[in-house]
Amino acid sequence: MIPPKFDYHAPKSVAEAVALLEQLGSEAKLLAGGHSLLPMMKLRFAQPEHLIDLNRIPELRGICLDGDTVVIGAMTVENELIASEVLRERVPLLGEAARLIADPQVRNRGTIGGDIAHGDPGNDHPALSLVCDAQFVLQGPNGRRTVDAHGFFLGTYMTQLEESEVMVAIRIPSFATHSGWAYEKLKRKTGDWATAGCAVVLRRSGDVVSHIRIGLTNVAPTALRAEAAEQALLGQPFTDENIARAVAAAIAITDPADDLRGDPEYKTAMAGVMVKRALNTAWARSA
Amino acid sequence: MSAVIQPADEREASLAGIGVSRLRKEDARFIQGKGNYVDDIKLPGMLHMDIVRSPIAHGRIKRINKEAALAIPGVHAVLTADDLKPLKLHWMPTLAGDVAAVLADEKVHFQMQEVAIVIADDRYIAADAAEAVEVEYEELPVVIDPYDALLPDAPVLREDLAGKTSGAHGPREHHNHIFTWDAGDLAAADAAFAAAPIKVEQHMHYPRVHPCPLETCGCVASFDPIRGELTTYITSQAPHVVRTVVSMLSGVPESKVRIVSPDIGGGFGNKVGIYPGYVCAIVASIVLGRPVKWIEDRIENISSTAFARDYHMDGQLAATEDGKILGLKVNVVADHGAFDACADPTKFPAGLFHICSGSYDIAAAHCSVKGVYTNKAPGGVAYRCSFRVTEAVYLIERMVDVLAQRLNIDKAEIRRRNFIRKEQFPYTSAFGFEYDSGDYHPALEKVLDAVDYPALRAEQAARRADPNSPTLMGIGLVSFTEIVGAGPSKMCDILGVGMFDSCEIRIHPTGSAIARMGTITQGQGHQTTYAQIIATELGIPSEVIQVEEGDTSTAPYGLGTYGSRSTPVAGAAIAMAARKIHAKARKIAAHMLEVSESDLDWEVDRFKVRGDDSKFKTMADVAWQAYHQPPAGLEPGLEAVHYYDPPNFTFPFGIYLCVVDIDRATGETKIRRFYALDDCGTRINPMIIEGQIHGGLTEGFAVAMGQQMPFDAQGNLLGNTLMDYFLPTAVETPKWETDYTVTPSPHHPIGAKGVAESPHVGSIPTFNAAVVDAFAHVGVTHLDMPHTAFRVWQALKAHNLAI
Repeated sequence: MIPPKFDYHAPKSVAEAVALLEQLGSEAKLLAGGHSLLPMMKLRFAQPEHLIDLNRIPELRGICLDGDTVVIGAMTVENELIASEVLRERVPLLGEAARLIADPQVRNRGTIGGDIAHGDPGNDHPALSLVCDAQFVLQGPNGRRTVDAHGFFLGTYMTQLEESEVMVAIRIPSFATHSGWAYEKLKRKTGDWATAGCAVVLRRSGDVVSHIRIGLTNVAPTALRAEAAEQALLGQPFTDENIARAVAAAIAITDPADDLRGDPEYKTAMAGVMVKRALNTAWARSA
Repeated sequence: MSAVIQPADEREASLAGIGVSRLRKEDARFIQGKGNYVDDIKLPGMLHMDIVRSPIAHGRIKRINKEAALAIPGVHAVLTADDLKPLKLHWMPTLAGDVAAVLADEKVHFQMQEVAIVIADDRYIAADAAEAVEVEYEELPVVIDPYDALLPDAPVLREDLAGKTSGAHGPREHHNHIFTWDAGDLAAADAAFAAAPIKVEQHMHYPRVHPCPLETCGCVASFDPIRGELTTYITSQAPHVVRTVVSMLSGVPESKVRIVSPDIGGGFGNKVGIYPGYVCAIVASIVLGRPVKWIEDRIENISSTAFARDYHMDGQLAATEDGKILGLKVNVVADHGAFDACADPTKFPAGLFHICSGSYDIAAAHCSVKGVYTNKAPGGVAYRCSFRVTEAVYLIERMVDVLAQRLNIDKAEIRRRNFIRKEQFPYTSAFGFEYDSGDYHPALEKVLDAVDYPALRAEQAARRADPNSPTLMGIGLVSFTEIVGAGPSKMCDILGVGMFDSCEIRIHPTGSAIARMGTITQGQGHQTTYAQIIATELGIPSEVIQVEEGDTSTAPYGLGTYGSRSTPVAGAAIAMAARKIHAKARKIAAHMLEVSESDLDWEVDRFKVRGDDSKFKTMADVAWQAYHQPPAGLEPGLEAVHYYDPPNFTFPFGIYLCVVDIDRATGETKIRRFYALDDCGTRINPMIIEGQIHGGLTEGFAVAMGQQMPFDAQGNLLGNTLMDYFLPTAVETPKWETDYTVTPSPHHPIGAKGVAESPHVGSIPTFNAAVVDAFAHVGVTHLDMPHTAFRVWQALKAHNLAI
């Protein structure tokens, strides 16, 4: 558990960080909370020659409103999401789900941007971003660009974030009225990744579902948005039959890995259980 | 006017002696981060060691190339088995009569086995150098399953034992066989089975688990070449035994070896043995003449240091139709890994497994344990239990439940019918143990009343009748008897040294005291509780009694702390040493009061002249006199040493009950209720007892519900980090309800029996029984642990109970 030698850089601005990335190339890694990268370095699975620490860049922290959109600095830590009044009022799913991530100590260090940009299907924010219709603000040598969460996750540890880009902020539209939300995460213990997880945001119009997003955690090489499952309920009444169709559609797109949490059969079944529970909770809250 | 004499009860309260929930003396330093652990020790000129380990489970070492590692600036040495050979230290004896490789000699036998060491200026250089050592292996077929290991054409694991047809424990019948050990009377058991109308049998695997103390193992070895003295700070539960072994291995006279166990962050049996890392650090320090530190990381600790359990057990019970047990037979295949490194008393290769007749009056019993080599790390230690008692209790409690289900007798009732009755104590079991005392029936009824057992069973019946119930409900009930306090030297020794323990007490002139012990606390609170025993025995406030342990240059020789032996053995030594002081103090007091000894009465903290409360001398008065002007003919000073060789083990017991609700959709098991009644005899510090029980229950919960060491077919350990190896946090840990009865040990000076391991031994079968009970209505008699959500869900699916 001793990493090999590396050089440490602590830029004070995003521009400085981007310049370092350009200069150091693929031998550099960005350090956010460090709870994925540092263990990998200690195990010598990752051996970057340069670490660029983003922790001393004030502009990357904090939560504010831009009109109806909540803007979360990429280096905002999980416990700040939990404590945020703005999020509780505007995007209550996020703080609630953050409580299910890791443990209090890790949540003091782990950041939303690191969780997303790492591209690990076991991380929770990718699926949460998908159901919240989040957008990511990325800054590179050519300036800033904004990309949708949907389509951002390309494969395990692979995202649309370019090698010379830094994730700056996460933009999430405020939930509309009559929204319901839930994050169901089956895990073995505090600090574990999900055996299977499901995030849901929906809106109720009378007896029908008028908007719905379903996201899945850790049951495929990337976080998944279960679009066919969404279609099973969109514009439909929230009946047992439609729920079952949504669950079946969600299960159909899973491709979980076999590990000590369970075999693919179990994880697939658990994805279904999580989807069903998340849908029920979200619907009950949307009243 | 005579002085007002403080009432005896007030004086007694001010002593904070036996029975008082005195706050732990240790906590002030621990909660402020002021503990002093091995890794806190930094000596001038200290070097750092890292270990090159095998990536494969079985293979021949073709070549080791040290050049690249030695070329790294700051690297002082790279040592392999070839370098240790001239010192005859490439192999070392184990406590179980086998030998274990210190560094792999021509072959590796398990993944993560120690192959080479590197010594460097700092920990970082050492790690880089370890990575730079090139080792070339020729892979050999791997044996993971102990039954496969015994097949005629199984690969030969221990080529070093070629031609050895007998080992430390009798004949070897196969190249991967270590021993077969029997206890009880097979003919009598066979006769009981032949005559019995009812017979049940059950196969079960008690999985391999790891004690996983919070602090991993390590040492700082410091050899002074000028004085010829070796000091080693080490994470050891048995520093005196370590000193003896180090002296034997190194040739340094025992008087020049000093072993210090400073603060120890939990042991649970993991820190009893001698590990290759210790030996290598000591050798390196002797060779280089500089202090060498070695601290293993978590993966190394879980992968290579002593595991526990891994017993494949077949139990059989013979009984009457109304459930009276007539006979017990047990056959065990014990997976010992690559070397037999169990830490058991020498004569008992399966520890005290033959306590497996449990709390029951069983006339005929026999057990046979077959030890087997596999390509896994060595170990087989007592993980928070007395030697193999956890396996024994698990076996008998499972078997009694199986019998109850077969006969459709309630699981409480079948225990009532078979318990050893109070009037049968002292009771000699079919395996020959003499149970010192017990009173099981009232303890059982107390628990059943406390939880309203009939109401729980009624609720369970209703739940089972509802096919749409989202949960299954299970009730686990266990009645366990422990055997601790190893042990009488006529039965128990380690490397020939009897398993006594010791205490040295010195009363200072001003009436405060110091006690030094042969044991070593790892969280048990010895500094608190030992002082309480002295306080009550000698009338000195526990607050002014210092307790020291762990430094072989100051403490008397003792066998250490494991197997719940501290209170039964060392606690007795304290009382006996105190009584020697007490006897001398009485002589001094008689002299001071100018009466004969027989005219004195002892009351709390003083000797008083019978019939005159105003004429007395306190222990503090006596202490001053002992140094100031002792009576003619009496040695000055006030101190005593006692080496206590217990006449028998002690037999704590308990009744545990657990209620679980199993989520039929996910397989998750919620512990709704856990009620633990313990009887550990005399209770020294009830608060510490409760803490011990909470800790033991939590570890038991971890074992039953999540801990596992799964290996793939190539011998790779699949879960060797705390992400996969289950250590529960406060979030997962259930709420515990504790209760007690008191049945003192008749042979222990203060009647105490030991408690720290009871909750581990007792709770594991209770959790297991509760989960199995949830499936009992569909005919399930047994499910192997751990009851992870995944595994329970598989059982739900298999029995069409999943939703």
